Formats: sequence, C-alpha cells, structure tokens
Amino acid sequence: MEKRVIFKGWMLPALLLLPQIVITAVFFFYPAGQAIWQSMFVPDPFGLKTQFVGLGNFEYLLGDPFYRASFVTTAIFSSLVTLVSMGVALYLAILADRLIKGSGTYRTLLIWPYAVAPAVAGVLWMFMFNTRVGVASWYLGLLGYDWNHVLNEAEAMGLVVVASSWGRISYNFLFFLAGLQAIPRSVIEAAAIDGAKFWTRFRTIVWPLLSPTTFFLLVVNVVYAFFETFGVIHTITAGGPQQATTILVYKVYSDGFVSQDLGSSAAQSVILLLLVGILTVIQFKFIERRVHY
Amino acid sequence: MKIKTLNLALAVSMAWGTAASAQTEIQWWHAFTGRLGELLDAQVAQFNASQTDYVVVASNKGNYSEALNAGIAAFRAGEQPHLLQVFEVGTATMMAATGAVKPVFEVMEESGLPFDPNEYIPAVTGYYTTSEGQMLSYPYNSSTQVLYVNRDKLTEAGIDPDVDLSTWEAWDAVLTQLKDAGVTCPYTTSWQSWVHLESFSAYHDLPFATKDNGFGGLDTELVFNGPTQIAHIEQLGKWAQEGKFIYNGRRNEAGANFRGGECALFTESSAGYAGVKAEAKFAFDIRHLPYWDSVEAAPQNTIIGGASLWVMEGHSAEEYKGVASFLNFLASPEVQAKWHQDTGYLPITNAAGELTEQQGFYAANPGTEIAGLQMTRNTPTANSKGLRLGSFDQIRTIIDEELEGVWSGQKTADVALNSAVERGNQLLRRFEQANR
Amino acid sequence: MSEQRGMVERRGLGHWFTHLGLIIGVLFIFFPIWLAFVASTVTQADIVQPPMPLLPGGHFIENYTEALVSGVNAPVATMMFNSLIMALGITIGKIVISLTSAFAIVYFRFPGRTIFFWLIFLTLMLPVEVRIVPTYEVIANFGMLNSYSGLIFPLIASATATFLFRQFFLTVPDELTEAARVDGASPMQFFWHILLPMSRTNIAALFVILFIYGWNQYLWPLLITTDPSMNTIVMGIKQMFPSGDDLADWPVIMATSILAMVPPVIVVISMQKLFIRGLVDSEK
Repeated sequence: MEKRVIFKGWMLPALLLLPQIVITAVFFFYPAGQAIWQSMFVPDPFGLKTQFVGLGNFEYLLGDPFYRASFVTTAIFSSLVTLVSMGVALYLAILADRLIKGSGTYRTLLIWPYAVAPAVAGVLWMFMFNTRVGVASWYLGLLGYDWNHVLNEAEAMGLVVVASSWGRISYNFLFFLAGLQAIPRSVIEAAAIDGAKFWTRFRTIVWPLLSPTTFFLLVVNVVYAFFETFGVIHTITAGGPQQATTILVYKVYSDGFVSQDLGSSAAQSVILLLLVGILTVIQFKFIERRVHY
Repeated sequence: MKIKTLNLALAVSMAWGTAASAQTEIQWWHAFTGRLGELLDAQVAQFNASQTDYVVVASNKGNYSEALNAGIAAFRAGEQPHLLQVFEVGTATMMAATGAVKPVFEVMEESGLPFDPNEYIPAVTGYYTTSEGQMLSYPYNSSTQVLYVNRDKLTEAGIDPDVDLSTWEAWDAVLTQLKDAGVTCPYTTSWQSWVHLESFSAYHDLPFATKDNGFGGLDTELVFNGPTQIAHIEQLGKWAQEGKFIYNGRRNEAGANFRGGECALFTESSAGYAGVKAEAKFAFDIRHLPYWDSVEAAPQNTIIGGASLWVMEGHSAEEYKGVASFLNFLASPEVQAKWHQDTGYLPITNAAGELTEQQGFYAANPGTEIAGLQMTRNTPTANSKGLRLGSFDQIRTIIDEELEGVWSGQKTADVALNSAVERGNQLLRRFEQANR
Repeated sequence: MSEQRGMVERRGLGHWFTHLGLIIGVLFIFFPIWLAFVASTVTQADIVQPPMPLLPGGHFIENYTEALVSGVNAPVATMMFNSLIMALGITIGKIVISLTSAFAIVYFRFPGRTIFFWLIFLTLMLPVEVRIVPTYEVIANFGMLNSYSGLIFPLIASATATFLFRQFFLTVPDELTEAARVDGASPMQFFWHILLPMSRTNIAALFVILFIYGWNQYLWPLLITTDPSMNTIVMGIKQMFPSGDDLADWPVIMATSILAMVPPVIVVISMQKLFIRGLVDSEK
C-alpha cells in the first residue's frame, strides 16, 4: 500500500523522522543489541567479570525440560486468556448492541477495569481468592468447595487467567461494540425480514463483518497475554504451584532478577525477540492485506 | 501512629538540615515497609538527631529481591548506595562480588571506631562471617524458626494445651486428635524450605550442601536429599494427604491462617511474633522448633534468616566513616535491645540480649526468649553455621516447586528431593561459572 | 436509526434477558473494584476475620487520610503527581514523534525510507522488561536516573502509535493532498491544517491508550527512581506489601489502589466517546 500523491524532498522527512529514529536507536536498538551480545556470555551480576560461551546459554536453556515446558504453559495460558477475554467481551457487546437505550451506562461501568494496572489487578484478585481472607474463597468454602490455588495447579491457572482477562474484557468490549455498531442496520434488518433467526443472522452476517476486528483483537490479546501479564503472575502465583503458571516472560524475569543469571536471561530475551518478530510479521502481513480490501 | 508523626517531623527537620549544612550523606536502600519500615525510619531519625556530621537517608526499594536488583543495577551504573540490605539467600551473590562490596570488618578497621567481633553472638553473625572470623556484612535483621501454638484450639480439641510438642515423634498423635476433633487446619508452616530443609538440616546436624554448606568454595553441591530429610518430608507429605498439614503458600501466607485462629500449630519466623500478638484473639505460646528425637545429633541449633547490610564499594573514606559510625550506633545495646523487642528479630550482641533480660522484657513476654536460646544452645558446627549458596533464591523456588508436588500427592519425597538437588546443582554450576 | 432497530428485536422477555445478562456481566466485572472500595472503608480486623463485609464501613476518612499522608517513601500525593507527569510525558511525546514520523513515511519518498520503516516497526511489540538491564545502563550514563526524562524516554521507544497513524494516513483520500498541492500549500501546512484536524479522534484514542500504559508502569519506575520524591503510585502500591516478616495493612493498600485508579478512570470515562470513535476509525 503506497500513496500515489506524495511530497518531494528529503530534508523535511529526515527532520520529521529524526526524533523517533534517535529515541529508537538509543533506547531500543542499543539495549536490544546489548541483550543479544550478552546472550553469548555468562557474566556475574555486578558486571565485574564475564566469560564468552558462544551458544552455551541457548544449549543450556533448550536442554532444560522446565524451560521447554514453559512454552507449553505459555501457549495454554495465552490461548485461555485470549479466549476468555474475547468471548466474554463479545457476549457482552452483543447484548449491549441489542439495547436501544442504556448501553452507554453499561459501557461506562464495564470499562473501569481497563484503567486498572495489571499489578493492581493482581492485587485485587489475589485479595478475593486469598486462601485466608479472600471473600470468594470463603463463600466457595461455604458451598463445600475447598479453594486452594497455592496447591491446585488447575485453580492457579484459572485464577491467573481470569485476573489477566479481566482488564482485557473491558478493552475488547469497546472494540467489539464499536465494530457491531458500525455494521449497517439495513443489512441486518433485511435478514430479519427474511425471517433469519438471531443465531443465523449472527453466523452469516455479523460474524464475517466483524472478522477484521476479531483478528485484530486476536493478535493484540495474544501479545498482551505473552508480555503484559507479568504483573499478574508475579503478584498472584509467582509461577507456582510447582511450575504450573511459569510463563516465558515470568521466567525471563525470575532468571534475570531473582537468580541474577544475566546470560540465561539475555538468551531468553533473544528467543522472545524471535517470537515477537514472527508475531509482528503475521500481524503486519494481515493488516497490509486487509487494507487492500 | 505516634511513631509516624514523630517520623514526619524528624523527616522534615532532616530535609531542612541537609539543605542548610554540609553533612555527609549516607544512602541506605532497604526492603522494609509498613510497621518494620516505621521502626527503621525511627532508628535513622534517632541517629541523624544524635550527631551532626552525617545524615542517613533511607529509601525503600521494593521487596528483598527488588532491593537487591536495584542495588546491582545501580552498581553497574556507578550509582550505588552506601548501604544495601540484602536477604540471607543473597549472601553468596554479594560475597562473590569482590570489587563491588567492601567487607564490614574493613570498614570498621579503617574508621578507627571501636569494633570487637567478640561482642557479637556467633550463631547470628556466623552466617555473614568468613571462615577466618571476619565480618562481611552487618546482620541487621535476623530471625529463626519457632513453633507457635494456639492453646485455645488444643483445649477445644480436648488436648492438654501444655502437651509435649518438642519432638516430631510426638506430633502424629496430637495432629490426629486435632483432625478428629474437626480442626480444619491442625498444622501449617511458612517458608517451607527454610523451616523444613535448611534449618531442619542444621538442627539435626546434617549437611545441606557439601564444602561446609558452601562456606568452603563455589564448587559446593546440594545434599539435602539424605535419608533423614526424605523421611521428614515424607511424614509431612503424609500429613498433608490426611489433612493434618495444610499448605498455604511459599512465603508467610500461612501466618494469616494462624492469626485468624484457623490453625492450631504453626512454624514461622520469630519475627512473626509482633503480628501474632497484634491480631490473634486467642491464647498462644511460643516453643522450640521440634526435632526428631531418633536423630542423635539433634537438637543442634537452628539457622537464621532475614537480611544483612552490605557496604558497597566506590565511596569516599569520609563516607565510610559515616557508615561505620551508623553501624556502631545500630549495634549499641540500647538500639539493639529496642529493635529486638519491637520486632522479634534476634539481638546480635550479647549485651543487647542481657539488657533485654534486665529490662524484664522476657518475663513480660514469655516465649520471646526462645529464638535466642535455640540459636545459642550449642556451638554451631559446619552444618549449622549457615548456608552460602549462589542463586539461592532460585534454588528455594525449585525446592518450593518440588515440595508442592509432595504436598499435592503427585510426587514421593525421595523423587522430589532428588529432583530438587539435581536442578539446584545445575544452578550452582552456572553460578560457579559466572564467578570463576 | 435506533427506532427501526427496535422493531427488529422482539420486546418483552428477550429485552429483560438482555438486561439481565448485562447486569450479571457488570457485577462480575465490577465486583473486584467494589470489593477493593469496601475493603478501603473497613478496619484490618474486619478483613482478617472472614468473611469481610460486602458493604462499605465507616472508616473511609481514616483509611484514606492514612493512605494520603503515609505512603511508603513519599506521600501518595507526590507519587500521584509523578505518575501524572510520567503518563502525560509518554502520551504527548509518543503522539508527537509518531505523528511526524508517520507523516514522513507515508507522504515522502527518500533514500532509506524502507529501512527506517522496518527499523521502527521492529520495536512494535518488544516490552521494556526484556531489555531492561542495558536500558538502565543507558539511562544511567546519560545521568537520567531520578528524572522525568529517564522515566519517559525509554517507554516512548516503541512504534505502536506510529503504526496506527500510518494506517490512518494511508486511508486519507489522495484528492485532499492533490488539492493542497494545487493550492500551493507546503507539506507542513498540509500537515497542520488538513492531516492533524482529521486525526483528532485517532489522537484521542491513542491519548487514552498511552495514558493508561504510562500510568500503569511498574518495573521501570521501580528500577530507576532511587529518590523517594520521584516514586510513582503503582510502584507505591506494590511497595506497601511487606516483604518477609510483616503484615499487609489491607485497608490502606486498598485505599491507595482506589486512589491510583481515579486518574486513569477519569481519562477513560471522560474520553470514551472520542476514544471509541477513534478506535472504529483506525479499525477501518
């Protein structure tokens, strides 16, 4: 996709680009390059001495069954977060879209969690499900369910998924509602007059027209689940019980900042960098293609 | 509340003082918030008010591991504070950083201030002292594990509240009785690795790692998968399956369950005392940590946890003199005794312990002397002096993970401990490589 | 429009089910925030002896006063101010540099354009956490620790906003550019008088997204602000959790959490209409 009509000259665009180029170079490329460089060394935490190990850090990582397992954990976690946050958001958006009046009120109440920091969201959910003071766990106990996410792996995973999805439901809801409201009413009305039931209308008309929004959210949410849920995991489970909720980004953090193993942490950053690269290409390809529509 | 207002006033006057005169500033990064943070600030304010040459500026840098990281990152950038509070599991990391830290004994010697290592309690300072007896870091807050007993719960279950719980052998009958009486949480613990493996090994005079628990060199290997440790974990695992031992989390989450009156027995740091006293609405007492009577060497002594203050390299002699005089102030019997009494942390000098005794604190608060007695009951051996292992925080996480497998019944004790040893050893080899 | 819509859907039972579904959704979504608010109005004793009440108690003023004056290192008011500067700095800085660079990339042809384009887009998703140690060293070498610029600059170095503006500029009809050129407008005049006003809703949407992104930062401010007077509110909340041997003071922690929520919530709610329009625009 290119503009046909353009302006001439190169001084002006160079000037316009300069701030972003400088900031990106200094605060992104240089540090990212350092991370790649460091991934070939085993340094001590204080930067006093270091040893070249070539690809040794990668060998060490990929030979570690727990690191390989955390790929699976990340995949499960990300899929669940994406599914829950998008599913609930779509459901609520469909309901809100059916309303003539009052959808604004619901919307105002529903978007609050978006403004809550992941670290704080973790605090709130931990507070609700705390095995001792938690309200939710207490009432579950009354119902005869013994909630213990510190030992039960499925419950731990469930809790971090819900806590991570929570703020995203608001975000996705906004996009879905906007997407739904942008669908021309005449199309739906025509189908309704033809006697199509709600579900049929949704499947044949609404869903396809909503698909660009859906795909966009899919990518955004997967990226969110990969990287920005760190605060939630850190607050609620710290990766446990056992390694049930140790996702890749949490492992980068814990190796780098708990264990001070900067070599391993840098190597993991590089692996993440590759993953991000792949995701970026997918997203980019998709968006480029969609613009042609 | 009173402390807080006082602090605020002092902080304001302090800030004023800094601006007005040319006092030498001593930066201290720590990990204390809440009540402990207030007590720490009060110490700082008292020191600053007591003299005019130096001013200590304390800032909280998050929790223990965040504070350590902030210190490391700052050192790499040449912005390190003078004093950094580092938890006990970070000891090996700090020690290996020759050129980044300045040993406390050196700081004290150069300052010319009086410093007699013999005044300190060896069981406490040993953790932070070289084999030659040189103090590397200043043991600021040290605690050890004790047993808290909810006497009301025992009575409710028809058990004599003074029942003998001093050996693990006696426990099964008591826990069974509690369980049968409908107690939902007969026993719980905080810091499982610290209580049930680290201190457990020391208490039974068993090695946790080779090379004198890491004091003898970086090529140390974990050996806490011995038969006694396996038997102990197996027993706990059995209790967990039977609902007699309730697991509540890796850190001190279980404290809330005990303080809320849900749990009958609780092993936790002696520093948990103030919290229990503040929140518990039942009669409780503090006892010695239990041991296996069948192990001949037990009870040896338990080991400490908590944190110490490390002096960072790269500052002027005048500033180090300020650091030395602040450490001296902290070690003075009055300051130490107050800290010990307010927090439940162990006194680090004999004089402070004696002063506390004279002030009648132990008589008024029975049980608070237990931790000190437990530490000093025997001369520490190579197995009970402390632990010096690289990546120890991460090794604890591995131990936590494996123990959770035992509590949930997915793993047997020997499988879990063998796996923890193997995984931990890998980290030790990485650490050795990085610090060679 | 909506009148006609109403005729499509059956009224009556279905209508109430719709409301019921939404109310359940709102309850689920809003409950954690409600609970935090309740917890911030009761005493520690109410919380530690479960179940805690589900309706507010009478200690609102007490807990909030305590939260406002105590803080951990710095008063909450100071931390809120720092968060505000940081969030606004990131938001405005990023919008400005993204607007100009997207303009340059879309409306000019110059040597190395594709390379610059890809260089910028490589940064699209990599979070600061992954490159945090080297970034810290850069900031330290520039003497930017404990400064607003240190808090702001590294977080501006990402291309999300540039990307969105590029997408939007590509949809701007070429006829407008053509007309501007015929009228003899310079590129910057075109930018100021045509492109910028057209981007209003996109800017609003990005303002909301970036403000929240900036406000919610945790790990970065924690590392680079060693001076208490530079701490931010989100790190302040986490620091209220005791490490090791102390107890969590739930009412004060929750009061601070609620306070920390207020500015971003105000931004989101007051700008929601523009925000949504911006989202839909950039979506199409």
